[in-house]
Amino acid sequence: MLSRSLVQGFARIAVAAATFGFTLSSAAAEQVNIYSYRQPFLIEPVLDAFTEETGIETRVVYASKGLVERLEREGRNSPADLVLTSNTSNLMQLVDKGLTQSVDSKVLEENIPAQFRDEEGQWYGLTTRARLIYASKDRVKPGEITSYEELADPKWKGRVCTRSGKHPYSLSLIASMIAEHGEEKTTEWLKGVKANLARKPQGNDRAQVKAISEGVCDLSLGNSYYFGKMITNEEEPEQIEWAKSVNLVFPNQDDRGTHMFISGAAVTKHAPNRDNAQKLLEFLSGEQAQYLYAEKNFEFPVRPGVERSELIQEYMGEFKEDDLSLTEIASYVPAASKLVDEVAFDF
Amino acid sequence: MGSTPSARRWFWAVLVIALLVALPVLSVFALAFFPEENIWPHLWDTVLFHYIGATLTLSLGVALCTLVTGVGAAWLVSMCRFPGRRFFEWGLLLPFAVPAYVIAYVYTDLLEYAGPVQQFLRESFGWQTSRDYWFPEIRSMGGAIAMLSLVLYPYVYMLARAAFLEQCGSIRAASRSLGCTPWQSFLRVSLPMARPAIAVGLSLVLMETLNDFGTVDFFAVRTLSVGIYDTWLSRGNLGGAAQIACSTLVFVVLLVTLERMARRRQRHFVASPGSNRHRYELRGGRALAATLFCSLVLLGGFGVPMLVLLQYALGNFASYWTDDFLSIARNSFLLSAVAALATALLGLLLAYGKRLAAGKTVRALVGFSKLGYAMPGAVMAIGVIIPLAAFDNTLDDFARRYLDTSTGLLLSGSVFAILFAYTARFLAVSTGAIESSLDKVTPSMDRASRSLGRNSWQTLWAVHLPLVRAGILSGAIVVFVDCMKELPATLLLRPFGFDTLATYVYQFASDEMLERSALGALMIVLVGLLPVILLSRAMRGPEDGREEKPAEVAELPPTAAMG
Repeated sequence: MLSRSLVQGFARIAVAAATFGFTLSSAAAEQVNIYSYRQPFLIEPVLDAFTEETGIETRVVYASKGLVERLEREGRNSPADLVLTSNTSNLMQLVDKGLTQSVDSKVLEENIPAQFRDEEGQWYGLTTRARLIYASKDRVKPGEITSYEELADPKWKGRVCTRSGKHPYSLSLIASMIAEHGEEKTTEWLKGVKANLARKPQGNDRAQVKAISEGVCDLSLGNSYYFGKMITNEEEPEQIEWAKSVNLVFPNQDDRGTHMFISGAAVTKHAPNRDNAQKLLEFLSGEQAQYLYAEKNFEFPVRPGVERSELIQEYMGEFKEDDLSLTEIASYVPAASKLVDEVAFDF
Repeated sequence: MGSTPSARRWFWAVLVIALLVALPVLSVFALAFFPEENIWPHLWDTVLFHYIGATLTLSLGVALCTLVTGVGAAWLVSMCRFPGRRFFEWGLLLPFAVPAYVIAYVYTDLLEYAGPVQQFLRESFGWQTSRDYWFPEIRSMGGAIAMLSLVLYPYVYMLARAAFLEQCGSIRAASRSLGCTPWQSFLRVSLPMARPAIAVGLSLVLMETLNDFGTVDFFAVRTLSVGIYDTWLSRGNLGGAAQIACSTLVFVVLLVTLERMARRRQRHFVASPGSNRHRYELRGGRALAATLFCSLVLLGGFGVPMLVLLQYALGNFASYWTDDFLSIARNSFLLSAVAALATALLGLLLAYGKRLAAGKTVRALVGFSKLGYAMPGAVMAIGVIIPLAAFDNTLDDFARRYLDTSTGLLLSGSVFAILFAYTARFLAVSTGAIESSLDKVTPSMDRASRSLGRNSWQTLWAVHLPLVRAGILSGAIVVFVDCMKELPATLLLRPFGFDTLATYVYQFASDEMLERSALGALMIVLVGLLPVILLSRAMRGPEDGREEKPAEVAELPPTAAMG
């Protein structure tokens, strides 16, 4: 009895699954397919605006790792048209593996300054972000810390928090230190920072600010937009408290400027909807999308002349950016990763 | 049964299935031959021993905790009588349905500085900041051991309990009459006899611990699986990562060999079950302690996380319970059900083939097909993409050249990729369960059926299938629950716009938005409960007025048996 009902049950499931697989494979007429390293809820508002304006549907696969490998193996049959990334390393990796194609577009050239895009148009930066020092309002006087270098100063012993040294954001900053000071000095600096840590590197950028508000530490490293996301977080009001407990420090204003990186996109080599991908790319660099990025995500628009959101103006104002080229930073990332292991930064 | 034509056919069947299922692992092996650079000198000089140290500490800690909890609880519910025993008997299985990453998020939310527990303490004692008092840090090695143990102990519990039930009561009675106290009798007689089953459960626990990434990453415990991802992602060295993954497999093979040896010994213990069952009557303080122990374990692994999730989910129920959410839940359910079906079918063929075409090659093949269970999920996913995409592209080339049409990514671009990953990963579970069921069917049954003119297929259908249906069912159930919880492979392999409950939960929880992910997490557990309850029905003891069937319970031991 049991085995018969078992078989029947399985059969029903199989039929349901078959119909379900079929409905999935039916595709819309005008579409653009996106592999995204950025979380869906971050890009949704902008993508929705794109669909509304052009009628082109967007479809997204989000994953935090492995999309480059997936694209590589899928080869010319890959359905992906566009890859969205949250750092430069992934863009470089795509180009190195020959998975992108160059896009030649007047619109893009006009909207995106040269330092934020590939010379041959293999990839384009869409937003910039600054790596900031978050400092406790109560325990750190304004002006007490002004540069990344000072994070290694012994006076901060037991007062610094950061995420894993292996995270792309950390690696990017360390790579820029190598570009500026060379490997040897950067190693010393990294050792100094490690000696100052209040706890083992853990959590994301927001978790560090939270730690400051809880008194675990006084200084942390974090991307600029997290501040905006926290201080406007109606859904989880405790994050507003975290943000209120810190001052933002834009490091190195007196010399090379604050470390910057980009989020960006590249059109895939075998994009089946190449034209739509280019349209989306142009849209993302356009006034409306750039404004949305700034307004909703608190990132800095790459496009000059787009108004920065009120909140950004209020808290961040104008500041000096490190203009080290993205390609150069990317070239030092492997060395940075090695240094992080050598000083056992995460342990 | 010699090399009759039928045995040869079964040999080929086993060969084909085992190779297909082993394709992802083989692909990872292949990757390991092409590293970007030799990762080992650097690792050796820097962090390798940190990784290994953390891995060993975590494994040892989880092993100890699951042993004490699992065996202790199993002993209590199967050998003693105390208030709530009948409930705990199946209730203790519930934490099995809770994914480790979910419980990690929940307890962090509860026990961290800003969480309600510490808030309450601060308010009660007038402390201002974290510098005023000490509180154990949840995001730590200890925390990781606790989280993994709380949801993994059911493996040990399930198997230990089955083993205790199978033991012949008269042996214990003999040990007692020879002067053993109940405690001595447990240590000297019952425990050693249950050892093989416990070892099987433990090897499962350890493999789950080794391939875990979500929990350890969240808790900043840097084990080898963190090392694998780091080598791959931040150093761009997929080949090097594959090498580390393969080296951890060596450790697993060691475990498996250990387990197989244990199982070989198990065969000597032919149980005469159900006879002379006697339970110790616990009274007073002891009864209370037993009830308390079981309650705490159940509360920790199930009660507390459920309450927290419920509170979050109900707070905003209307805005989360959308059509989208329901279709996501349906995706999860269907995928897991189909994967359970596939592993049941393939597992049956493998186990039966191994029975008919006995031999070292077949045994090795079946063992090899199970290695996917120990591979970290995202690495396994890359291993799935490689052969599937290669097949798709070859087929597509062919179709374009000769048929003037394109077949595109037939397999790797569809849900099939996820199904394949689930099957390759969890087949070990279902094959193990069916094998152990089949082992109990005496070969004379086969011979009788064959001599009455049935061929091997008819014998399988008419004789074996009814006899091993409990094994098939329990294997399928465990696979179902495992698939509901699976995250890393699903995340990478899914088609456009396709979510499962696990990916839905991950998206929000990884960005500190536990509230929004709560409903998804709750659904994973609730849907996962269904099979756990089914399983518990199969575990019912004799007092429930049913025929005692320890055999059904015993199907699970070799759940992940790699033998």
